[in-house]
Amino acid sequence: MSLLEDAQDPVVGRADSAALRDRLKAIWETRPGLVGWLSSVDHKEIGLRYIVTALVFLLLGGVEALVMRLQLAGPNERLLTPEQYDQLFTMHGLTMIFLYASPILTGFSNYLWPLLLGARDMAFPRLNALSYWIYLAAGLFLYAGFVVGAGPDAGWFDYVPYAAQRYNPGVNIDIYALGLILLGVSTTVGAANFVVTFLRMRAPGMSINRTPILIWGTLTASVANLLAVPSVSLAFFLLWVDRQFGTHIFSVADGQPLLWQHLFWMFGHPWVYAIVLPAMGMVSDGLPTFCRRPLVGYTPVALSTVATMVLGFGVWVHHMFAVGLPTLALSFFSGASLFITIPSAVAVFAWTATIWLGRPAITTAFLYFASMIVLFVIGGVSGVMTASVPVDWQLTDTYFVVAHLHYVLIGINVFPVVGAAYYWFPKFTGRMLSEKLGYWNFWTMFAGFNLAFFPMHVLGLVGMPRRIYTYPDGMGWNGLNLVVSIGSFLFAASFLLLLVNIAISLKRGKAAGPNPWAGPTLEWATTSPPPPYNFAVIPTIASRHPLWEAELRETDDRSRLDEGWRLDNGRLAMATTPLDGEPNLIVRMPADTLTPFVLAVGLSILFVGGLTQIWALAGLGIAICIGALLAWFWPSRPPVFTEPAGG
Amino acid sequence: MNRLAWGVGLTTPMSYLRTYGPRADPVTGLTWGLTILSLAVIAIVTGLVLAGVLLRGRRASAAALAAPAERGASGLAWISIGLGLTVVTLVGALIWTMQALAMVDSPLTPPHLTLEITSHQWWWEARYPGGPGQSFATANEIHIPVGQPVMLKLAAADVIHSFWVPSLTGKTDMIPGRVNIAWLQADRPGVYRGTCGEYCGVQHAHMALFVIAQPPADFEAWRRAQTQPAAGGLAPDAGQGAAVFAARCASCHTVRGSPAHGADGPDLTHLMSRTTLAAGALPNTIGALMGWIANPQALKPGARMPATYLSGPQLAQLRAYLETLR
Repeated sequence: MSLLEDAQDPVVGRADSAALRDRLKAIWETRPGLVGWLSSVDHKEIGLRYIVTALVFLLLGGVEALVMRLQLAGPNERLLTPEQYDQLFTMHGLTMIFLYASPILTGFSNYLWPLLLGARDMAFPRLNALSYWIYLAAGLFLYAGFVVGAGPDAGWFDYVPYAAQRYNPGVNIDIYALGLILLGVSTTVGAANFVVTFLRMRAPGMSINRTPILIWGTLTASVANLLAVPSVSLAFFLLWVDRQFGTHIFSVADGQPLLWQHLFWMFGHPWVYAIVLPAMGMVSDGLPTFCRRPLVGYTPVALSTVATMVLGFGVWVHHMFAVGLPTLALSFFSGASLFITIPSAVAVFAWTATIWLGRPAITTAFLYFASMIVLFVIGGVSGVMTASVPVDWQLTDTYFVVAHLHYVLIGINVFPVVGAAYYWFPKFTGRMLSEKLGYWNFWTMFAGFNLAFFPMHVLGLVGMPRRIYTYPDGMGWNGLNLVVSIGSFLFAASFLLLLVNIAISLKRGKAAGPNPWAGPTLEWATTSPPPPYNFAVIPTIASRHPLWEAELRETDDRSRLDEGWRLDNGRLAMATTPLDGEPNLIVRMPADTLTPFVLAVGLSILFVGGLTQIWALAGLGIAICIGALLAWFWPSRPPVFTEPAGG
Repeated sequence: MNRLAWGVGLTTPMSYLRTYGPRADPVTGLTWGLTILSLAVIAIVTGLVLAGVLLRGRRASAAALAAPAERGASGLAWISIGLGLTVVTLVGALIWTMQALAMVDSPLTPPHLTLEITSHQWWWEARYPGGPGQSFATANEIHIPVGQPVMLKLAAADVIHSFWVPSLTGKTDMIPGRVNIAWLQADRPGVYRGTCGEYCGVQHAHMALFVIAQPPADFEAWRRAQTQPAAGGLAPDAGQGAAVFAARCASCHTVRGSPAHGADGPDLTHLMSRTTLAAGALPNTIGALMGWIANPQALKPGARMPATYLSGPQLAQLRAYLETLR
């Protein structure tokens, strides 16, 4: 503390000083050229890369779905062989869950977190870059088999013994196992970065009850990832060892196939919440801007975000209601799965009340956020139905569950994400997306989505199983399947509209200015797009809505955004205390560096070596990793300033 | 009326919106109840959101977007009232769930009949245990007496499958290395379609089974017929067909009363008494049967039965033999 109280004029500056801005730009800007691009650790650059990569995977997964819908448009079709269909539904699932749903949120959070928190970057910028490069590598790794016809084909849940060597001897499952372990490294380091950033990188004065809900969502998801990912990484590692070295971890004796299911779903169910909570945060932060009032029930919504996750660790067995567990255990998990609805209900009523008690301006982003409430409730009540054990014995593994999970993942992830794209695109690019095309985009997506997925509930209730590559005539499924297939193409068309809108608006969009929506939070206090250093001076925060203080007049205190610490003697950032956000350290941030990229390359080579069992290659990968880590940790700078630098 | 019931999915083969036995009926009521409740919740929330947007919303004009933010009412009452209603509803759902669970979970009477069902990639083996000469196995069709509780011991020969006959009972997984118990009871005669409920490989789509509930007398007659070995004293071409069978089919298939006792594929002792072939993939007509034998991979790609490469005369002899397996 004392060091900051002692700070004299030279360390304090004004945000509108051109000299200061030039100086900061020179310090923080990523160098041009390929090497500069590969070595950037700028959270905005990394965030955009995440978003673009995740969107590419979304489109790939979407095309896979469309091919399946062609096959299923009518009974007994022969467009695909069963093996092709199995690879398609497996790749579709793992693409959407692992390569789209989580990374897209990581992308948005990566871009937005330091801006929302009034920081210059994430806590660990190099870890951030590493997280992206490994994600990209894992994505390419997972697709490597698919493009040569040897993609994973045992479903994303990959149950043994079907996924064991004996029944699945090809390289398909090995690719999945190793690819997912690699991806787990990315998720883990990314999650650790978010947690530490939350604890230490908030602007002075931003106590934890002043952070936006998106921060709570991503924080909660990150903590969950740190606890859940080890389970699946372990499971896939053991599976790979079983397959390659003949161990008997998941051997059929003693019911070990259930060990796989427990390990997988102990990860799998928390993961579901991890890929919706940040998106719910987007809605909680976006809706109020358009409703021109603060979110109703900030504290209950923030607490219910955390409560959802805590409960989310106690419901995994509802994926296993039919495996033959004792009734008492089933009853417990059934009850837990029903009551996890309660914190979600808090958010639903908070959003609805925010609309009712505000004056919503009906923009495209608002439409996405508001419609999400309805889709969330549909996905929620179908979740309640599957939480009821005896009903689930009928529903499980039918199209009812397919409908349910798509209402959850598209309703609570994709709709908020597209809404967030409309909301924050101006911040990312400095240009507005076209609202006119936006309306078309929204209504096509809303109609296409419901046409494609609502009838699936009925298909499930009349007994159509999941994961079948074809179905016989005379089951009463033909008409609905045709409707679903038509809906899915309409839904896909809406993504084309989104891409067209992005392409046009990037070139010809209306200039956005710093705060086109008159939003309340810190990201709108800087230019669009933000400068490499985010904020010329470190802001000091006095409330939850720094940019609405004059209008809301909640307290007499005012945030200071135009005047503050300059921290312009090198790449410096302010670290604050975990709860109250009192400034207590000035941290020197790392410069752009190739080490994260090289480390990711080394790790990838190690995994390719493991897959091909060319151990020399694996050794080379390890050597590169060690080299990169040595460079990474080479003590070249004092990590933390104890005295503020002058001038 | 029948058309209507079919059209809305009440009487389609795999529907569980109407069920026919005590293992399923309490659940069906709960399914309907929760479905109606769910639709009501969806309607209420959709109505609330829609009304909020229509009543309070404004065109996204520059003025609307730049309108000064207002503190507004706290709105916490929305959350507490909403939460209260949610909790009451959920507690109701939980109680109903536990009640239904108790009704279908514990058997009320000792089983009249115990069957051993083993799932394979991609067919069902149904074994009727009994004393010497009374035990037999069949495939993909389970005959049971109407109105009597039947206990199923469920096992899996290779990967995980799931036993599911929607109009009689929900799913019970069949997990290698374990034996799970399920119960069946049909309250009226009929053919109830089922299928494998857990993804189990390339032909998961073609893994149907049929539960045929018969009046007890008919069931006993069927059972007696099934205990018989295959007929002897074959006509000449059927006799040659039996030789073809012994040479080309017997390593996988059993025909009781003949030297064939392979165990990888279905028991074919009374093949001609069944209604379908290849776990519901084909009707059991002689044409379909011969097409299946000639090239199973064309009809069910990936099935464990290999192409047989039999000559025309061999196929004809085999056909004559198989037709005796009544």
